[in-house]
Amino acid sequence: MIKAEQKPMDEILRYLNPYNKILLSGCGACVTVCHAGGEKEVELLASGLRMARQKMGKRIEILEATPARQCEPEFAIELSEMIEKVEAVLSIACGVGVQTLVRHFPKTPIFPGVNTTFLGETLTHGVWEERCQACGNCVLEKTGGICPISRCAKQLLNGPCGGSSKGKCEIKKEADCAWQLIYDRLKSLNQLYKMEEFIPAKRWGVESRDSGLRRMIREDLKI
Amino acid sequence: MKAGSNLEKILEKGWFAVTGELGPPKGNDVSVVKRKAELLKGYVDAVNVTDNQTAIVRMSSIATSSLLLQMGLEPVMQMTTRDRNRIAIQSDIFGATALGIKNILCLTGDHHTFGNQVDAKNVHDLDSIQLIDCVRTMRDQGTLLGGEEKIEGEIRLFIGAAENPFADPFEYRAVRLGKKVAAGVNFIQTQCIYDMNRFKEWMKMVRDRGLHEKCHILAGVTPLKSGGMARYMAKNVSGIIIPEEIIDRVVKAKKPAEEGIKICVEQIQELREIEGVHGVHIMAIEWEQMTSKITEMAGLLPRPKVDQ
Amino acid sequence: MTEFNPKIVAFCCDQSGYPAADMAGALKRKLPKEVEIVRVPCAGRIETIYLIKALERGADGVLIFACYEDNCQFLRGNLRVKGRLSYAHRMMERVGLEKERLEICHLATNQGVRLAEILHQKVEQLKKLGPNPVRQKK
Repeated sequence: MIKAEQKPMDEILRYLNPYNKILLSGCGACVTVCHAGGEKEVELLASGLRMARQKMGKRIEILEATPARQCEPEFAIELSEMIEKVEAVLSIACGVGVQTLVRHFPKTPIFPGVNTTFLGETLTHGVWEERCQACGNCVLEKTGGICPISRCAKQLLNGPCGGSSKGKCEIKKEADCAWQLIYDRLKSLNQLYKMEEFIPAKRWGVESRDSGLRRMIREDLKI
Repeated sequence: MKAGSNLEKILEKGWFAVTGELGPPKGNDVSVVKRKAELLKGYVDAVNVTDNQTAIVRMSSIATSSLLLQMGLEPVMQMTTRDRNRIAIQSDIFGATALGIKNILCLTGDHHTFGNQVDAKNVHDLDSIQLIDCVRTMRDQGTLLGGEEKIEGEIRLFIGAAENPFADPFEYRAVRLGKKVAAGVNFIQTQCIYDMNRFKEWMKMVRDRGLHEKCHILAGVTPLKSGGMARYMAKNVSGIIIPEEIIDRVVKAKKPAEEGIKICVEQIQELREIEGVHGVHIMAIEWEQMTSKITEMAGLLPRPKVDQ
Repeated sequence: MTEFNPKIVAFCCDQSGYPAADMAGALKRKLPKEVEIVRVPCAGRIETIYLIKALERGADGVLIFACYEDNCQFLRGNLRVKGRLSYAHRMMERVGLEKERLEICHLATNQGVRLAEILHQKVEQLKKLGPNPVRQKK
C-alpha cells in the first residue's frame, strides 16, 4: 500500500498561517493503515494545531473528516458541504487524495499535511519498507519475486554490485542486499539459472513514469 | 584487433600487462593531471582515469583521458552509469572515440550518497553489464542500442569492466563475470586483492567456466600505506577483505609504508603465477609516485613497446 | 489575585494506580483539590489522543499511574503507553508545551501514600511552570 508520514508541524502551521477556519481531511485507506492520515491522526493533528495556534494567539477552527477513500470522486465530493464552510483544506491523505480534492474544489486552497513516501509492505507493527516503484513492467518473474528496482539502491538488473557484503547493502547497512535475497531465493527454488540470463536494458522511456503522464483505460468498465 | 590500443596489443601478444590509475583533480587544474601523468609514464601500459570516483565531483574522465593522450599516455576511460542515461552515454562514447580514446571501463559506479552531491538524482538507466552490451553493439554492429540506424563513423573500443571476487554472494561472482563476458567484455580489472586464498578460489571457478580464455583478467592491487589505512579499509569498505596477518605485518613493521610496498610486490609475484591472470592493475590511490617503485621491484620493467 | 490551583488529569490503571488512589482515600491522605481521576482497565488502554485532548481542554498537567514495567496484567500494556507518551511529548514540543506537563509514574496497588506524594509534588512543579498556555480564557 501507499505509505506516508506527517509533515513537520512547523511546515503545516506555515501553510495555514493566513486561515482561521479549515477542514482537516484524512483518508480511510492506505494512510490509515500506516497511521499517517486516518481518523485517529486527524483528531490528533487537529488537537495539536489548535493548541499551537492558541499559543500563538491566533485561534483556528478546524472541521474534521475522514472519507473512506479520498482518491475516489464519490467519497471526495462528500466533503462538499464542509468545504463550503472553510477557507482552506489540509489533507493528510496521500498525494493522490490531495489532487482529487484539488480537481473537485477549484476555489479552495488544498494543502498536503503528509509526505507520501513509497509503496511498501508492513514488516511488523510500526515498520514499513519499500517494495515497488510502479515501473510499469514487472520483473518479479525473473528475480524470484524480489524487486531490484525498488530494493537495490542502484536498480541493478543483472546481479549484485561489488558493495554487497555479508548479505547487506553498502549504502544502508540496515538494508538487505536485494540481489543476495534474490540469489538465496532462486537457490532455494532451484532456479539459479535465472541469474545467468542477461536482462537487457529496461524500457524506462515507454513503460514507466519517464514516458510522461500514465493513464489506463478499461472500456468495459466505463459508464 | 577490436580497437588497436596499446593495452589490447600487449594482452593479445600474451605479455603480462600493467595498468595504473589516475584520479582527476577536483577542479580544472591541468597541472595536477600532468604531475600524476609524469609519475606513471613509462611504468604502465595504460592508465585508468576514474569517473567521479566515490561520487566526488572531479574533472570528467573524457577530458582527463584526452589530456593524457596529449601527454603521451594511454588512458582507460572509466564510465559509470550512475550519472548518464543511454543518450548521454552513447553521445560521450562518440566524443571519446573521436578524441582518440581506445579503452573503456564499464562501471555502475559508487552510489552518489558516498560523494559530495548527496542531493543528486541518480540515473542508473543502464547497469554495468547493459553498458558493456551497449558499447559492444555500437562497436560490432555499428548501431545505437536497440536501434537500426547506422552510426556515422566507426567505434573502436577495447571494452573492460570490473569484478569484485570479495563481494557476496561469493559463489555467484564467477557467474556474474560470465554474464559480462557474454555481454562482450574484453578485459577485467578486479577489486584490490589481499585475500589470496579467496582470489585463487574465485580464479578456479573462472577457469572452470572457461572465462579466462574469453577475456583478459588483470588482478587489482593497492599498496597499504599504514596500519591505520589497512584497519580502516578492512572495517569500512564493503567488498574488501584484508586478512589479519597482512594487517599485522603492516602494523608491526618499523616502516609501515615500505612494508606495504613489499607486500604489494609479493602479491604481484604470486598473482603472476596464477593461470588466467594476464596482468596487474595497480591502484596506488593518491600515492602514484609508488607505481614506479612497485613495478621495478616486481620486475615488470621496462614496459614492452609494441609496433604500430 | 486568585491563587493558581493547577488542574491535573490522572489516568489510573485498574491494576495499580486506581487501587492506590483508593488506598490514599482510605488512609485519609489529602489529594490536591483539582485532580480528576480517570479509571482505565490498563495503561495500555490510554490512546495518545486522550493525553493530547486533556491538555487541549485545559489540564495543566497529565499523569499516568501505571504498573511497574514487568508487572503488567496484560503483559505489555504499560510499555505500549510509553510509546504513545513519547509521541505525545514530541507533539507537545512542536506545539510549545513543557514536557513536564505529561508524565508516567509506575507504582503498585499498595502505594497510596506514594501516589498522594507524587500528586502534591506535581502540583508544586506546575505552580512554578504556571498555567497551561493553551487553555482558553473564558
